[in-house]
Amino acid sequence: MRKFTWLAPTLYILFLMLPIYWLLNMSFKTTNEILNNFTLWPQNFTLDNYIKIFTDPTWYNGYFNSLTYVLINTAISVTVALPAAYAFSRYRFLGDKHMFFWLLTNRMAPPAVFALPFFQLYSAVNLFDTHIAVALAHGLFNIPLAVWILEGFMSGVPKQLDETAYVDGYSFWRFFLRIFLPTIAAGIGVAAFFCFMFSWVELLLAKTLTSVAAKPIAATMTRTASTAGYELGLLAAAGSLTIVPGAFVIYFVRNYIAKGFALGRV
Amino acid sequence: MTLEFRNVVKRVGAEVHIHETNVAFASEGFNILLGTTLAGKTSLMQLMAGLERPTSGEIWFNGRDVTGVSVQKRNVSMVHQQFINYPNFSVFDNIASPLRVAREPRAEIKRRVGQVAEMMRLSAMLDRKPNELSGGQQQRTALARALVKDSDLILLDEPLANLDYKLREELRDELPLLFKDRGCTVIYATTEPTEALLLGGHTATMHEGRITQFGPTAEIYRRPAGLRTARVFSDPPINTAGVTKKGTRFIFNNRVGWDAQGARAELPDGNYTLGIRPHHVTLDHTGPDTVELEGTVLVTELSGSESVVHFEIDGQTWISQSHGIHPFKIGAAARFHMDIEKSKLFDRDDKLVAA
Repeated sequence: MRKFTWLAPTLYILFLMLPIYWLLNMSFKTTNEILNNFTLWPQNFTLDNYIKIFTDPTWYNGYFNSLTYVLINTAISVTVALPAAYAFSRYRFLGDKHMFFWLLTNRMAPPAVFALPFFQLYSAVNLFDTHIAVALAHGLFNIPLAVWILEGFMSGVPKQLDETAYVDGYSFWRFFLRIFLPTIAAGIGVAAFFCFMFSWVELLLAKTLTSVAAKPIAATMTRTASTAGYELGLLAAAGSLTIVPGAFVIYFVRNYIAKGFALGRV
Repeated sequence: MTLEFRNVVKRVGAEVHIHETNVAFASEGFNILLGTTLAGKTSLMQLMAGLERPTSGEIWFNGRDVTGVSVQKRNVSMVHQQFINYPNFSVFDNIASPLRVAREPRAEIKRRVGQVAEMMRLSAMLDRKPNELSGGQQQRTALARALVKDSDLILLDEPLANLDYKLREELRDELPLLFKDRGCTVIYATTEPTEALLLGGHTATMHEGRITQFGPTAEIYRRPAGLRTARVFSDPPINTAGVTKKGTRFIFNNRVGWDAQGARAELPDGNYTLGIRPHHVTLDHTGPDTVELEGTVLVTELSGSESVVHFEIDGQTWISQSHGIHPFKIGAAARFHMDIEKSKLFDRDDKLVAA
């Protein structure tokens, strides 16, 4: 029995990796090969799909647009959530617990519910088809999440740390920026990661609020399927590239995430 | 350097954290706040530091009303029970931080940090981060940070409570020396009566948000003004019993009686509360001034050198503390001797009438 303990994890990892492998596999094939033969690896290995993406503005602008609004959203969400989370973790005020719960309920409705009102609102104030529009819209679900995560990390820091700093002569802001933020750096990393991820994978709001100038990559992918017949190789390449930023960010925050799970908030 | 509370009250919502308090702390030696958890020691210290404002009343320091002065402008230091240091700063930067905020010159900071680190035996660890230190060293760092600036008021909120036994004793011996000749007021909160006695100075006993008594530590221990103070200032807890005086005799329990001696004989007849600390209820002390009690043994705690026995007389629990190891059978009857001269008598309002 002992000899086969490697079997289960190997099967599990194979099972998980299969779709990703297939995506990569397809991205190096021509559309013809994908449609006509079943091959386990590319017979006519080609980089044409990738070259097209990196040279055609309609393609690479998709990535650029997505990254822009995702980064703006992450910055806004974390910046706004920091003071809010501090207030929730340090002060007792009227209705604080209800408000904290209410924040979380913002995550309970699917974002699609808000697609129509957002479309109307952003059109009315001339924000339609801008990066900031999508960044703000994604704040709907990312800010409550960031507050929730950061509050957990902040509550893990004893209140006596604040008191010690004030006794030492620190003003509130100096304490907050020089001592408190570095103390909860792991929490900020985790919150930023989740904001990045959720904004990156959200498609419906991003698609509704943009047309050309701020069109996200996922929207570009859905539209290209119909122009010159099927361009499956190209789509597969675009899909492979879409996985990259997420994997990249996870690599950097993997240790913090573990800490976040230990704190029971993530 | 005198710290004075004038009619200070602290309320949070509907709860009263500090009842009206009037006290002037001593400017020399330690001022000890003695009380159980939730007695209001920390609340009182937060008022002293200026971290909280009193709901009403005034706080005076050195002849100046500092009630509305913010904590940053008060020149105080504070050490907490938890080991609080800035985790992202090195030990050197931790100790230097109050001086940096006060914009002291670089060379001066280096000199003073070096001096304090030497005193606290931290010189070899100045480059480390606090979480790479042992608990004792972390608390030393916090103490060093409190000592490095010339504070007028130093607040120590149970600084030794989270340390293990050996370190606690070691640091407790050093503390009075560290604060000697600094010309600052030192407030020290603790839950342990023994610690208060060891540190000497003055003691304020606290119970449920009130200072029940303030005065020289030994004096308060010997002559607690009321039953409350006596209870706070006794570990294990003080034994109390209702006694009746009739003529020249005190009677307890309708069975045990003894002759009133000295000033106690002058007291009017009536009911009193007798308070006697466990180490005056012993197994071995027999003599003319002792009164014999008979009870049923409930629990025994034997340490290396002494026996603490909980026993019961008519449904009331007593505690006896004697030298040496005395094994007992639980549930058996046993005799104890009460050194009646060391007992204290309280009247019906729980005020001390004889000590």
